[in-house]
Amino acid sequence: MATTTAPRSKPLVKAGTPGEKQKRSLTRKQREAVAAYAFLAPDVIGLLVFVALPMVLAFAVALFKVDGFGNYQYVGLANYKLMGSDDQLLASLKVTGTYVITYVPIAFVVSLALAMLVRNKFKGIGWVRSAFFLPNVVSLVVVGLLWQFLLVDKRGAISSLLAPFGLEDVSFLGTPSLALGTYVVISVWFIMGYQMLVFLAGLKDVPKELEDAAHIDGAGSWQRFRYVIWPLLRPTSFFVVVNSTIGAVTGLQAFDLVYVLTAGGPARSTSTVVLYIYEQAFTFNNIGYATALTTVVVALLVICTGLMFALTRGGRFDEE
Amino acid sequence: MRSRFVLPVLAHVLALIAVAPLLWVLVSVFKPAEEVFASGWPSTWTLDNLRYVLLKVPLPRFMLNSALVSVVVTIIALFFHSMAAYALARLRFPGRGIIFSAIMSTLLVSLPVILVPLFLVAKQLGLLDSYAGLIVPSIFHAFGIFLLRQYYLSIPRELEEAADLDGCGYWRRYWSVILPLSRPVLASLSVLFFLANWNAFLWPLTITRNPDLRMIQQGIAGMQGQYSSAWNLILAAAVIAAIPTVVVFVAGQKRLVDAMKTTGLK
Repeated sequence: MATTTAPRSKPLVKAGTPGEKQKRSLTRKQREAVAAYAFLAPDVIGLLVFVALPMVLAFAVALFKVDGFGNYQYVGLANYKLMGSDDQLLASLKVTGTYVITYVPIAFVVSLALAMLVRNKFKGIGWVRSAFFLPNVVSLVVVGLLWQFLLVDKRGAISSLLAPFGLEDVSFLGTPSLALGTYVVISVWFIMGYQMLVFLAGLKDVPKELEDAAHIDGAGSWQRFRYVIWPLLRPTSFFVVVNSTIGAVTGLQAFDLVYVLTAGGPARSTSTVVLYIYEQAFTFNNIGYATALTTVVVALLVICTGLMFALTRGGRFDEE
Repeated sequence: MRSRFVLPVLAHVLALIAVAPLLWVLVSVFKPAEEVFASGWPSTWTLDNLRYVLLKVPLPRFMLNSALVSVVVTIIALFFHSMAAYALARLRFPGRGIIFSAIMSTLLVSLPVILVPLFLVAKQLGLLDSYAGLIVPSIFHAFGIFLLRQYYLSIPRELEEAADLDGCGYWRRYWSVILPLSRPVLASLSVLFFLANWNAFLWPLTITRNPDLRMIQQGIAGMQGQYSSAWNLILAAAVIAAIPTVVVFVAGQKRLVDAMKTTGLK
C-alpha cells in the first residue's frame, strides 16, 4: 500500500561508475526508512492522538473550570488548591492505598503457591490449571454481579455457608469496615490464575538439576524453595509486583469491579481514586477538577516508574 | 512419598473451590425465580430466565454491538500492530530506538487514568455516541506491538531475503512472507483482543449515551438498577454475557496461555 509509493531508487548513473555502489546503497537505505515510517504511521498516529495527547491535554485542561455545556473558564491553579480541602479525595487515596498494600502481597502469595502446587504434572492437571484461570476469563462486570448475588445479606450463598458458625447476619458489602476486605478477596480470586501462569513461566527457567542437587544434599522442600527457587524467580516476582501494583491503582479492576460491586460505598469505604475521578467528571460534571486529579495520578505514575527504573538500574531485574 | 498424593488432591479440591462461585451461578440460572437463593439443584430446571432476558431485555442487541466492536477492533488492531512490529523488528531507520521506547512507555498508561482527557479528545473528534467512538480509541495499544515484534525478531531473516532477491518490495515482504508466518501469534492475540473488547465496560460506559449503542457489559450492569432484586434475571443475563468468553477461552486456551506466558517473560 503505502510502500509502493515510496520513492524508487534513482536511475543509476551508469553501470561501473565509481560512485555507483555507494549511491545505490544510500537510496536503498532511504527507501527502507520511508517504508518503515509508513508501516509505523497508523499505530504511531493512533497512540499520539489517543494516548499521548490526552496525557498532555490533561495538564492544560486542569487549569480551567469546565461546565456541563463545555464552556471553559481559566482558573489557574484553583483546581489543585481545591484538592487540599477535599475529604472525599483523601478517603479515596486511603482506599487505594489500603487496597494496594493488602491486595498486592495476598495476590502474590496465593498465585505463587498455586503455581508451586500445579508445577509438576499429575492426573487432571489441565483441568486444575484452567479452573484457577477461569475467573480471569469472565468480565469484571460479571464478577461483580456474581459476588453481589453470592453475598446478598442473609439469603445469599455465603450467608448460608456461614450460618453454622453464627455468621449469617454479617453483611460483607454493607459494612464499611468489611467492604474493602471483601473487594480485596474478590480481586485476588479474579487475578490469581493469571499471575499463576506468569509464575509458572518463570518456574520453567529454574534448572531442574539445581533443585535435584539441593535435594541430594539433604535440603527439604521449604529449603529448596527458599534457597534455590526463590532467588532464581526474582525477575518474575519483580514483574508480578510491579504489574499488580499498577493494576491495583490504575487498572480496570479499580473501576469496573467496584462500580458494579459497591459503587464505592458503603460510606465511600471502597471508593478508589479512579472511581472518584470518574464520578467528579461524569456524575458531578467537574471536568476541570477531574482532569487536575488525572494529572496528579499521571505525575505519581511517572515518579514511580522513574524510581522503579532507578532501583532496577534501567529495568534490569537481575541482581549482580 | 507424601506429596505425591496429598498435593494433587489438595490441588483438585482448591480448583473446585475456585470455580464453585461460577458453577453456583450457572446452576441458579435454571432455577425458578422464587428458588434463586435456595441451595442445591433446582426443583425443576427452567429456561424461563434465559428466555426472558433474551426476549424482553434487548440483550441480543447488546451482544451484537459487542460482537461487532470486538471483531472490528481485533482485525484492525492486528493489522496495524503487525505492520508497526514488522518495521520495528526488521527495518533499519533513524529513530528506531526512540520510537520503540516511546511506544513501550505508553504501556504504563491505562484507560482509567486518561479517561477524562481521552473523553474530551473523542468529543472534539465527534466520536461521542457512535460506533467509531467505541472502536477507534480501543485499537491502539502497545502490548500487541511489543508481542508481535518479539515474534518477528525470531523469524529467520533468510526467508525474507529470498523474497528480496525475487525483487519484492517491503509491502510484499510483509504481506506475503511475514504475515503468513505470523498466523500462530496472530491467533493468540486475536483471542486476547476479542476477550478484552467483549469484556470492556468503562470506555463504552463513558462514550455512549444512546441505549442502542450499549455493549453487553454495560447492558448487564444496567440491569442492576432496572431489575434490582430480580436476581434470576440479572444472573441469566450475566451468564449469557459470559458464555462467549468461556467458549473463546476453551477453544483458544492453548494459544491464550502461550500469549499470557510470553507477557510474563519480560
